[in-house]
Amino acid sequence: MALHLAILAVLASLASALAPIPFHRSHRLLKGLAFLLLAISGIAAVTGGFLALFAEKPAELLLPVGLPWLHCHLRLDPLAGFFLAIIGLITLVVSLYGPTYVREYQGGPQPLLVLTLFTGLFVGGMYLLVLAADAFSFMASWEIMSVSSYFLVAFQHQHAKNRAAAFLYLLMAQVGGLCILLAYGVLAAFGDGFTFAAMASAQLDSSWSTIAFLLAFVGFGMKAGVVPLHVWLPQAHPVAPSHISALMSGVMLKVAVYGFIRFTYFLLGDILWQWGVLTLFIGSASALLGVLYALMQHDLKRLLAYHSVENIGIIYMGLGLSMIFAGSALPGLATLGLIAALYHCLNHAVFKSLLFLGAGAIIHQSHEHDLEQMGGLIRRMPVTAVCFLVGCISISALPPFNGFVSEWLTFQAALQGSALQGGVLSSLIPLAAAVLALTGALAAACFVKVYGIAFLGLPRSRHARKARIPQPAMLTAQGILAALCLVLGILPTWTVGVLNRIARDLLGHGLPEATAHGWLWLTPMDPRQASYGAPLTLLGIGLACLLAYLLLHPRKQTPIRTGAAWDCGFGPLSPRMQYTATAFSMPLRRVFRPVWSVSEGLEDTGTGRAYRLKIGDWAWLKVYQPLGALLLAAARRVTLIQGGNIRAYLAYSFFTLLFLLWVIV
Amino acid sequence: MIGWLLAISQALLFLLAAPLMAGWVKWLKCRLQNRKGPPPWQPYRDLAKLFGKEVVLAETASPVFRVAPYMVFSVTALAGSVVPLLTVGLPTSAIADVIVLIGFFALARFFLALAGMDVGTAFGGMGSSREMTISSLAEPALLLAVFTLAMTVASTNLSTVIAHLATEPPQLYPSFIFAALAMALVAVAETGRVPIDNPATHLELTMTHEAMILEYSSRHLALMEWAAMMKLLLYGVLLANLFIPWGVGLTFTPAAVGWGLLAITAKLFFLGIILAVTETSLAKMRLFRVPQYLSLAFILSLIGLLSHVILER
Repeated sequence: MALHLAILAVLASLASALAPIPFHRSHRLLKGLAFLLLAISGIAAVTGGFLALFAEKPAELLLPVGLPWLHCHLRLDPLAGFFLAIIGLITLVVSLYGPTYVREYQGGPQPLLVLTLFTGLFVGGMYLLVLAADAFSFMASWEIMSVSSYFLVAFQHQHAKNRAAAFLYLLMAQVGGLCILLAYGVLAAFGDGFTFAAMASAQLDSSWSTIAFLLAFVGFGMKAGVVPLHVWLPQAHPVAPSHISALMSGVMLKVAVYGFIRFTYFLLGDILWQWGVLTLFIGSASALLGVLYALMQHDLKRLLAYHSVENIGIIYMGLGLSMIFAGSALPGLATLGLIAALYHCLNHAVFKSLLFLGAGAIIHQSHEHDLEQMGGLIRRMPVTAVCFLVGCISISALPPFNGFVSEWLTFQAALQGSALQGGVLSSLIPLAAAVLALTGALAAACFVKVYGIAFLGLPRSRHARKARIPQPAMLTAQGILAALCLVLGILPTWTVGVLNRIARDLLGHGLPEATAHGWLWLTPMDPRQASYGAPLTLLGIGLACLLAYLLLHPRKQTPIRTGAAWDCGFGPLSPRMQYTATAFSMPLRRVFRPVWSVSEGLEDTGTGRAYRLKIGDWAWLKVYQPLGALLLAAARRVTLIQGGNIRAYLAYSFFTLLFLLWVIV
Repeated sequence: MIGWLLAISQALLFLLAAPLMAGWVKWLKCRLQNRKGPPPWQPYRDLAKLFGKEVVLAETASPVFRVAPYMVFSVTALAGSVVPLLTVGLPTSAIADVIVLIGFFALARFFLALAGMDVGTAFGGMGSSREMTISSLAEPALLLAVFTLAMTVASTNLSTVIAHLATEPPQLYPSFIFAALAMALVAVAETGRVPIDNPATHLELTMTHEAMILEYSSRHLALMEWAAMMKLLLYGVLLANLFIPWGVGLTFTPAAVGWGLLAITAKLFFLGIILAVTETSLAKMRLFRVPQYLSLAFILSLIGLLSHVILER
């Protein structure tokens, strides 16, 4: 049943790609059909995923398609079901949001059909990927996902910037895909065939399994966007249409995490603690650098893209802790880390999609990407402002919303480091917790900046002053995600109870204590050790607010007097006197200066002098640019043989033929 | 049942005692500076006066500006109700462990900083920017200091930690000295005292907290001020009960609660003196020296953690 629903989801998304083709002349019909089918696929995927989470045993199916000797194996176990449900959920919300959002592209230089075609293929590829149970169908759906998202990134290809971002994305996706292919190759060489079942039973010695792990780490890390493989992310996400950014950032990165978990926990099995150290280190670096780079951005979508790097880092930290514990024969603690990571996957999918949809609503209404041009939007778009605030609180890991719960679980996992034998390791792990604390605090600073600059204060441009309320469908989509942020935040015991099933499936061990004390209390290890009463927190805040309001508010209601804000007696305030996003982050820029390549100064603009600030990414400047230059130089050398002389070419062919004959005979 | 009653009365006591602590420090400071100074109960009068005044809002204020005081106040009050003040083992202390407590501080700060940015003046933005900078550096140091204790006791639950430390025979953990020093440094920074911020000034070059609440008046201002006083008391109680846990009631008997009250009063009395003396003898620091100060706190807490791992395991 669950697997049938999942297949229905795949078929519906493929239909949403293909069915509207005959109707491409009518925008209305095209949009309606495409997004309706996408919504159906989302519902089917969520239902199927949930059924799989509660199923007794995984459903399997052999489809008679694919290579002659390797048919397409499908398998839906709790892990796949969980990620299938995440994809379905965000797809459903996006299909609610999409029809009004894409109105912007109607009558533009690109036909709308391109957008719906590749959206359907993209979503279908992701569904198929989590269902795949052999390397061939996995790689095929991986490529469908990568290539169709390339076309979505390049959708507005009239801008050179977008083409460059899309090309970089495709390049890195292909390199990553190659690494994953090689990793499967190692497993297939030791196992008997390309099915996951055969690979999982392969007996590898530790050096070969480490090689396979490293290849998979690079391959999946490139798609997930961990530092230093993240450079495509802040370029590709901002240029895609906003609902696609929500899908890419909220879901596609999680699919990469799924691949990593599937490969490490399911296919490799015997986890070494050294892998965990690497994952934890890279995760910590991604989390910290991601948030620091995000702080310096003032393009809203670019900023959110850097926050994806941060959150993927937090997920990797949970996974790294889990792998360290798993490699040290502490399955209970390994479960805690894994559950923290999976919970953060779900949370990040929800709040990051919410933020991207909110950013999309702002862009749709004001046509501004730049924070420095926004301001005062809370008056123009109040519902979006409330939903966006929920997203900001969630991503800043503040109680009682969802981001806090998963970070709290990660903290709890990190605090168990003293259970390990090695002194160095058990003192390094709390340091990772400190990095996580710094990341959370910096994220809060960053989102105070985003919300304060974009929604509060005075409008900084004419566009921001003229923004209008978005259409109800767009608001509903944001409202659903905002409500989910709260539900996942105050009912963590239910979610952990569900995630327990995945952990039991992968590690053979659950967290029985976590949910043993009723739905009010989340107690990962032991109630005496740590507990968090999320519903009571919300109740407490609500009650205290209500009491303060009832007791302290005057009975006599007089209209509140308003006056001008304090201007130091110098005359009226103008929007230009407000703090800007650049000014807000200036103290932190000074504190963490070596992290970025900063160039600032004054430049003459003809009419006056202007402050100029450029923030560069060291990874891009020091690793990718030299590498690109090197490749280009090497390619130039090779062009020497391409002289344009027909006799030389004939000679090449002749010698190649001779060489081949020599090799074969 | 008695647990819940005690928890509620403790939370109320916390609310009501907060202005007294602030007034006590202020009175002491005035005495140390050879001034007469307002009596320690002056903050109660100030609050009462503010609650009676008429609200004047800035024309550009949005609903966030009016919601923020209630959020800041109630979250800080909730934080106060989960910290063991008189006795340990209260049912409220299971709601939040120490990480959640720090999360509460962060939530209150988030709304405070948003309120600062709301009116659209340069003052508010400046205060918010500084506050978020300082706190984002202080929070890791605070967490690391707390983790040192948590790892010693193998629990992040404040009640468990305090009960464990209070019942075992007094012994000197080197790691605790570092952790206590780090936490004291953080407490000074987070509660906006000299040398990080000066609660008594409205000079734009120096203020942080006051800049954010500059546009507030009447009951909104009162709630913000009260929340700041609670935060001061909260850090005092944390320092006192975590590092000098003796005297905290371990049961709910009247005698234990009475001793707990006496003990915490004495501890806060002396903490107030220490704070007043340091505030009088130090000058306010330049803003860009603050990161060095906070990195000292971070290094101290890191040393504390490492000495726990190396020496005490």
